[in-house]
Amino acid sequence: MRNALTIARREIGAALASPVAYVLFGAFAFLYGYFFADYLQSFVEAGMRMSQMGGFSGGTLNVNADLIRWLMASTAILVLFLLPLLSMRTVSEEIRSGTMELLLTAPITDGQIVIGKFLAAFALYGGMLALTGLHVGVLFWFSRPEIAPVLAAYLGLLLLGGGLLALGLFFSSLTRNQIVAGLLTFGAVLVLWLVEFAGARGGELGRLLSYLSVTGHLEGFARGVITTRDLVFYLSFAAFWLFLARESVRSRRWRG
Amino acid sequence: MPRHPGDQSLRVPNATESPPLETAVEPLVLVDRVSKRYGKTRAVADLTFGVAKGEVLGFLGPNGAGKTTTMRVITGFMPPSEGRVLVGGLDIAESPLEVRRRIGYLPENPPLYPEMEVTAFLEFAARLRGVPKGRVQPAVARAIERCALGEAREHIIGKLSRGYRQRVGLAQALVHEPELLVLDEPTAGLDPKQIHETRKLIRTLAGERTVVLSTHILPEVAVTCDRVVIIAGGRLRAEDTPEGLVARLGAAQRGRGTWEIETAAPADAAEAALRAVPGVARVEAGPETAERTLVLQVEAAGDRSVATDLARALLEAGCPLYGLRRGGASLEDVFLALTTKEAEANGTGTSGASEQDS
Repeated sequence: MRNALTIARREIGAALASPVAYVLFGAFAFLYGYFFADYLQSFVEAGMRMSQMGGFSGGTLNVNADLIRWLMASTAILVLFLLPLLSMRTVSEEIRSGTMELLLTAPITDGQIVIGKFLAAFALYGGMLALTGLHVGVLFWFSRPEIAPVLAAYLGLLLLGGGLLALGLFFSSLTRNQIVAGLLTFGAVLVLWLVEFAGARGGELGRLLSYLSVTGHLEGFARGVITTRDLVFYLSFAAFWLFLARESVRSRRWRG
Repeated sequence: MPRHPGDQSLRVPNATESPPLETAVEPLVLVDRVSKRYGKTRAVADLTFGVAKGEVLGFLGPNGAGKTTTMRVITGFMPPSEGRVLVGGLDIAESPLEVRRRIGYLPENPPLYPEMEVTAFLEFAARLRGVPKGRVQPAVARAIERCALGEAREHIIGKLSRGYRQRVGLAQALVHEPELLVLDEPTAGLDPKQIHETRKLIRTLAGERTVVLSTHILPEVAVTCDRVVIIAGGRLRAEDTPEGLVARLGAAQRGRGTWEIETAAPADAAEAALRAVPGVARVEAGPETAERTLVLQVEAAGDRSVATDLARALLEAGCPLYGLRRGGASLEDVFLALTTKEAEANGTGTSGASEQDS
């Protein structure tokens, strides 16, 4: 574990020393801020309409169900598009610059290299998500939402991100070119997102496709419902790609 | 300019057979019948040699001979296709981490993170190599002092000059005090002063540490190495001390000598005069020097007395004689004799000769 942490520490330092992390954080903060403002506006307007009707509409508004839930779903889409940028350079850059030779001749296992890289990317992603604490905090300031569903939603986002980063790490380990790695990751993520719509057609294949959908499993978390099915999906998803990433790093030894 | 065209007698006897390992000292590294293939290409074929504790072994060969591949196998970067490598009695394939802990490796391109400061990078390298927490700082301080990096301590690696980067590369290989140092072309791309300093540093490391270094620069081997392994085309061609190799070549050349003659006459006249001397096998004129003189390489049979005949022939032809010197067999001759067989067989001449400079 110490070896993995050594790698993770260097990795985080490198990310914070380069503009990549800041650009990414900035883009995320901007887009999230836009979504937040938009949803809040709609929520407030809906609330005003309801109060004008004097509560005769029969509906009620709930911060958790009608605002935070949608906000979290939109965050998932942002994460889908932004995380390939975070994972694409992790291994590619080491291959390109030749520092992979340093890692592969150090007394550490290939698995430790992969875990170290993953932990670093995950920590940066955690930092990125923490930015949204500000917006959500505002909601808690002016309203009294339930905290448990919010925490469940964050857990879901962390699991989703972890899975996507593991996938990105694998594609990054395939090539010395980080743009290629990024595009491959992006393509894979797109496919894993779109299968949700393909799965909506039903049938055996449809069931399989909708199970594979990376965002489909987030719905429960966004509503505050944590199921083993979803937990198992995300954890096995991440483990699968991390395993492939380790094998890919290992195969690099044969190919030279 | 082929000095010894296609002369098979120059080949060091039994060079391609596995020579006996030095048994007086226990070998720290044993490369045992190692082969390495990339797809269908064979980079290294059936290579066997040992490195004794405390010695500096020079790994010599033209570009593409398989030097880097062999070093990558020794450092555990890649597994061999066949054969095995023992370091300190441990098989790399069986205990890769334990072996890698004992090795410091400087690849051909120093593996550096351009955005890091020198000290931070060396601390990272030390931790990566398993230096215990409390000893990281002193280890880094020692490596910085050894490689004369004091001034660059807080500089960003990406902004350092090539020479400094090479030194940082050397420092990261040394930082965990490894038993075995593997250096792939440690002086490549350095200026003469830096080359001198690097060689001096390597010499000071010898004895306490075992060093394997690769190079295609011949004088480097004579200056820094206790023993030389010459490979070409992925095969072992010779294994001996630098002096031993020269002696072996000299023995193969017995009864013949090369002479270097400096004169001011036109090349044709001088060459004709020298050719007429009995026993002269070959005369070759070099380019005209800045002082408008010529240096001729003459290969002649017979003992030292032939020098008198050469001088007399020149003077009688009316050519002024400025210098006459016996050329001994140099490491370069050995190297060329051992590595250019293929080139000559193809009739392309010794194109390998261009690799000795730079």
